[in-house]
Order: sequence, then structure tokens, then C-alpha cells
Amino acid sequence: MKDWRYWLAEQRGTLLAFGIFIVMFTIYTSNHPAGFTANVVQTASNKGVLLAFVAMAQTLVVITAGIDLSVGMIFTLTNCLASWLVIGTGIETAFGVVAVLGTGLLCGAINGAIVIYGRLQPIVATIATGAVYFGIALLLRPFPGGSVNEDLADALTGRLFGVVPASLVVLLAVVLLVWVPFSRSVLGRAAYAAGSSEMAAYMSGVPIRRGKFAAYALGGLLAAIGGLFLTFFTYTGDAAYASGNAYTLFSIAAVVLGGVSLFGGKGSAIGAIFGALAFRTIGDLLFVFDFDPLWQPLFQGVILLIAVSLGAFALFRVRNRLEWFL
Amino acid sequence: MSETTIGGIAGRMPKFIRRADPAVLTAFACIVLLLFVGSLYSRSFLSPEYLLQQLKVASFLGVIATGMMLVILLGQIDLSVPWSVAVGAMMASAMAAFGPVGVALAIPFGIFCGVLIGIVNGIGVAYLRIPSMIITLATNAVAQGLMVVYTGGFSPQDSATRAMRYLATGFAIPGVPNAVIIWALIGAAMVFVLTRTGFGRAVYGIGNRERAAYLSGIDTRRVVMIAFAVSGGLSAFGGVLLAGYASKAAQSMGDAYLLPSIAAVVLGGTSILGGRGSYLGTVAGVILITLLQSILSVMQMPEAGRQIIYGVVIVAMLLLYGRAPASR
Repeated sequence: MKDWRYWLAEQRGTLLAFGIFIVMFTIYTSNHPAGFTANVVQTASNKGVLLAFVAMAQTLVVITAGIDLSVGMIFTLTNCLASWLVIGTGIETAFGVVAVLGTGLLCGAINGAIVIYGRLQPIVATIATGAVYFGIALLLRPFPGGSVNEDLADALTGRLFGVVPASLVVLLAVVLLVWVPFSRSVLGRAAYAAGSSEMAAYMSGVPIRRGKFAAYALGGLLAAIGGLFLTFFTYTGDAAYASGNAYTLFSIAAVVLGGVSLFGGKGSAIGAIFGALAFRTIGDLLFVFDFDPLWQPLFQGVILLIAVSLGAFALFRVRNRLEWFL
Repeated sequence: MSETTIGGIAGRMPKFIRRADPAVLTAFACIVLLLFVGSLYSRSFLSPEYLLQQLKVASFLGVIATGMMLVILLGQIDLSVPWSVAVGAMMASAMAAFGPVGVALAIPFGIFCGVLIGIVNGIGVAYLRIPSMIITLATNAVAQGLMVVYTGGFSPQDSATRAMRYLATGFAIPGVPNAVIIWALIGAAMVFVLTRTGFGRAVYGIGNRERAAYLSGIDTRRVVMIAFAVSGGLSAFGGVLLAGYASKAAQSMGDAYLLPSIAAVVLGGTSILGGRGSYLGTVAGVILITLLQSILSVMQMPEAGRQIIYGVVIVAMLLLYGRAPASR
């Protein structure tokens, strides 16, 4: 197979997500009362970026054929922590940011340690650690409140040169600094290999445990970046159970839309980002078409249901019925 | 399993202990430990009234965990519990508003709605081969969306029927709460199904190796679908009972039952990978979780501390005896 065709086959999911996003965003902006303006793009990107970070976090774990049902809670926890720490002078703020990101990394590492070295099932283990993280968040913020360094917050949620949303630039920087190095490193390849076939990867001497551990830990870090951004947008910390759960759920939807295989070993965080942006845009379509906001949860649920059902088309290619049970 | 010969109690006991799952024994040991710790805090902790009250609270979780166990035995999981519970409660209460016929049909209708959710889950898992954790999250989201549209985002005004309240809080036999009797009946039925019917055998078989079960002539897809339908129905029934207990349905009433129901099943020694586990273990797990919750509330632990202790205890117990075998 020629190089470009191989590349195309590998990136099909990502390109599809990109396509869906472009179509949805075009429909969205062309029906928006304000049209395609810098303001509309900025608001949309600020909302989309939050989910994009959480979806990236989920992608890293899903690639290893695991799942992290605590991403939403890490997101909530770091949001509450940031509303205490990211404040004051430049040095204090910088220290706060580092502390928040470190907390996220630690949460992810705890998940990874329990799942990989404790050999527990990711679903149950991360639901349980999610409860712990939510408990800590509630301890930090029994009631919504707190504040954040508003200069930094405004800078990161505003626009660069009056046109480009700063949040998109940060997203790009995170992709370049976290995702690209990881996916090209030995650990990243190990994470993919572990998700594709753990046994084969082990037999070929791939460091699967370290790879999976790195994926979980970096997942925590990315969720923390999301939590930090939530604080920048809202200026407050809020330990809301429903919102944490919703982000976990939406991150899975975004990952599926982004062409990342839930069975592991396939897909990329770039796809998940476009999946997240597309999912957000679809959710917001209801507003530009003047639907009652009450319908939004149902609408998003149905999109998720359809997205996960699309994978069933692979069944038509199955020749031997025994392949159902893989 | 060989059939047990009828003999003296003394003759059977050692064999009974020898055959018992260490996980179930650990769970019962933990229950004794919790009772001991609780009695240090408050004298009334060991009084029959208090224990019976705990058993009544446990029976709601018990009904829901029964369905969860069936699904976990298959090696799947049902994450649609929160809104199956809420749908059962809300739909039963809503039906009650439609005159005498509605009142009569309230409980069956609530359960029926839960079964519908379960069937969607079952079709997704069994026929479309979607990972159960994903499809059940999706149906949970859809159920939530439907209820938000139905209620307008607020807790519904309809209240539970007399029959629902009677089932949850009444006493058909003096001294024994009805909820406990219901749990006992459902538990007995589950034990019968799991150990004495072909369906139960098929459930264990599929949990161990679905391919092998399929090749030995079991319609595995039908079994999986029925199991999910039963799980949805039992979750909804749990919701109906809870609505009867609180005398009305509430938006997020099911959220507090997802982790406990999974934890109860897994702490009771049922393998999360499927194919292994006994109902006795689930009973132990349900009582264990309920006692833990009650001790935390006796200690007047705030919600935050409860969540933390809860998660830590579950992870710790799973690390004790719920680990997957080393792959190499």
C-alpha cells in the first residue's frame, strides 16, 4: 500500500470527526443570529475546549483498552483546588497552576497504579476513585465559591490579536507538548500496543505496564488542565456531582465520535478533540434553532446512543459467527 | 456441584465451611467487625429495632443489587442503574395520577419502563455487540433526558400510591418490614434461577466463556438480553420501593445506588469478569455496604468524608480479594 493511502486508512476516524465538526459548525454559525464573528467563535471555542481536554484525557486511557470513569471528578476536583490556589501575585499564581496540574497528575497516577499494579478492573476502580476525588472536591468547596487570578483568566479565555481565541492556542500548545511527544515515544507506542493486544505486546518485550501507567497519569494531567480552564471561565470552584458525571459521559461520547476504538489500540487524541468540538456544537445547535433547553440532555443522550451504535456496522463484515464473541 | 446428602447439622457444617468462598467469609467477617465498631459508638446499634431498620434500608439496595449481580455474572455491567431507578419511581408515581386504574397499574408500569431500558441495553450488548459499559451509559443519558423533558427539570409533584408505601414501609407480618420480605422473595427466586434452572447455568457459562456457551447450543444472545431486562426491571422496582419509602420520586434519587450496587456485588465475591459468585455473597455485600453507610451517618460524617471513606474502603477491599489473576 502506498504511504498516503496507509496514512489515510490510519487517520480515517480523525478525518471523519473533523468533517462532522466542520459541517456542524457551518450549520451552527450560519443559523446563529450573530453569524460567523470572532465573538461567536470565541464563545464556542471556550466551551468546546473544556470538553476537548477531558476527551483527550479519556482518549489516553481508552487507547490502552481501559476506561477512566473518574475523569469528570478529577476535572471537578482540580476546578475546586484552582479556585483556592490560582490567585495572588505572579509567583503565587504560577505555583498554584503547578500545584493544580500536579494534583491531576497524581490522581491519574493513583488510578493507573490501582488498575495496573493492583490488577483491578478499570471500571470499578475508577468509579471508586472518582467517589474519593469528588469527596475531596466537596471538602474543598462545600459551597460554590472562591476566586481566580482574573488577569490570567481573561488572557487565556480572550482573543489573541483580536481574532484567534486564546483557548484554542492553549489547546494546540497542549497537543504539541503532551500528546505529540507521548504518542511518538516508546511509552506511547507501548500504550497503543497494550490496547491492541496486550499478550502480543508483552511477548515482544514492549514496556506495557509503564506505557499504560503513563497513559493514566497523563490522562489525569489533561483532566486537570480542563479543570483549570473551567476555573478561568467561571472564576469559581464548584463541586457539582452532576457536572462531573456529565463530563465523564460526554468525554466518552467525544472519544467515540472522534474515531477512537473503545476496544483499544486505535485512534488519536486529535480525533477526540474534533469529536469533542463536534459534540458541543451539536448540543448547541438546539439553541440556534430555538428549541427548549429542556430537550438538550435528551438530545445529547440520543447522539451518544447513535454514536456508540454506529460501531455495530462492523458486524456485517463478520463471516464467522464466533467472531462475535471476541 | 455434587448434591448434598441430608445429614445431621454437625456432619454438614465442616463441608459447608470448606466449600464456602473465602470472599464471602471475609465479607461476613467485615460485617461482624462493623457491628462491633458500631456498638462502640452507640449502645443502641445492636438493638433489634435498629438492626431491623438497617435491614429495611438494605433491602432497597438488595433488590437493585440482585439485578446488577445477574449482569455482572455475565461479565457485563449495568451503568444505567441511576436513571432506571428514577424512571421506575417517576413513572409509577406518574401513573398513579390517572385515576383508580392508574393506581392499580402504577407498580407494574414503573417496572415495565425499567424493563424497556433493560431491553435496549440488552439489544445493544447482545445483538449489536456494543461494550455494555458504553451502551448502558448511553441509555442512562437518554433516560435522564426523557425524565428531564417529562418533569421540566424539577422533581415531579405526583406522589406514591398507597400500595407503594405499603410495600416499602408496611408490616404484613408483625415485626418484619415488607421491604425485607420482598427482598427475601426476590433473593429466593434469584437463588432458584441461578442454581436450579438452565437459564442460571447459561448465565454462569456465558460469564466464563461466551464462545464455549454458544458452541454448546445456548442462545447466548437471548440469555444476555433477558438478564439485562431483568436488571432494568429490578432497578425500576427498587425505585418504586424507594418512592414508596420517601412517598415521592426525586430527580437524582438513583445516583446514590450505582456505586453501592456494584460494590455490594463485587465485595460479595462475585468476579467482575463474570462466571463466578454466589447470591449469599451479594447479600453479605449489601448488608456490609448498608452498615458502613449507617456507621458513617452515626458518626455524623459529612457527605464529603462519606464519599472518600466509601471509595477508599471499596478499593481496599477489592485489593484484598477482588484482584484479577496475574496474567503471567
